[in-house]
Amino acid sequence: MAEELVVPPELRRNILITTVDKLYNWARRSSLWPLTFGLACCAIEMIAASASRYDIARFGAEVFRASPRQADLMIVAGTVTHKMAPQVLRLYHQMPEPKYVIAMGSCAISGGIFNSYAVLQGVDEIIPVDVYVPGCPPRPEALLDALIKLQKKIDRQSILSVPWYRREKA
Amino acid sequence: MSEEVLQLLKEKFPEAVVEIPEGTKDPTAVIRRENIREVALFLRDEIGFNYLSFMAGVDYPEHFEVVYYLYSMGREPQRSNLGPLALKVYVEDKANPSLPTVSDIWPSAFQQEQEIYDMFGITFEGHPDLRRIFMWEGFPGWPLRKDFENRTFTFQELEPTRPKPPYW
Repeated sequence: MAEELVVPPELRRNILITTVDKLYNWARRSSLWPLTFGLACCAIEMIAASASRYDIARFGAEVFRASPRQADLMIVAGTVTHKMAPQVLRLYHQMPEPKYVIAMGSCAISGGIFNSYAVLQGVDEIIPVDVYVPGCPPRPEALLDALIKLQKKIDRQSILSVPWYRREKA
Repeated sequence: MSEEVLQLLKEKFPEAVVEIPEGTKDPTAVIRRENIREVALFLRDEIGFNYLSFMAGVDYPEHFEVVYYLYSMGREPQRSNLGPLALKVYVEDKANPSLPTVSDIWPSAFQQEQEIYDMFGITFEGHPDLRRIFMWEGFPGWPLRKDFENRTFTFQELEPTRPKPPYW
């Protein structure tokens, strides 16, 4: 018979039991730091989402970082032209893992109305996209919904299986 | 006012003014490609057209056309409120289009000529820094020409044409 664990009475109401994944993912998803990065009119909606009326801070993503080194969420808000595409790719590579991408608006998803020589037909051609937000431009609520969807996705990840903690390159 | 300027032009440069088309919205003169600089200098210094509002390129089946829109921002009352006056230059050589620059006469032509070079491939002789400003050097084709096939490109397709900075 195992010895009974003696918990002092003052600690009895202060101990929570959980899994590492749950705790770790809770911390990660509750403070996603987006990259300050707007390409076109969708950026205005992104700005509105971070301002007081829609207030993306309610979901912990209010710290728009001006440096990709400190960000873990890239919101591609707007048309990605072929002239801008290498810079988008570069910013993505400069972000540390784990990193996530939201493609915001028709242009970022598929090029939108711009079936032309100058526009990249969807940002998923160059970087992996986690959540697509349709709309032209999407309303701030749609961006918030995408953020919640991304949080659910993060919740499903496990520290044992995610690629960025493996010793070998993913 | 501008109609009088057209008559003056015709008297002063009889061989430079190719045509004065009828029925245009704004007074228009078609100038010979070789004479555009002297006409421009005359209009700026003698008449007072000191402001080049915009330049445009046009692609016609038989020739290219470059359009100049001139206004007067003169300080002297008799020379203000001139314009708009449109100058047109036909660039006949479609294979190798070029014409003299006016960027030293009106500084606002500097970037307009860069843009026309970028979009139509028309070179401006004497322009101090003629390069593409919207597309990058090496982009295949001249986008606003009628024979440019407007299709979409993939990132990989255009990758070999992009200039590579040394730190990339």
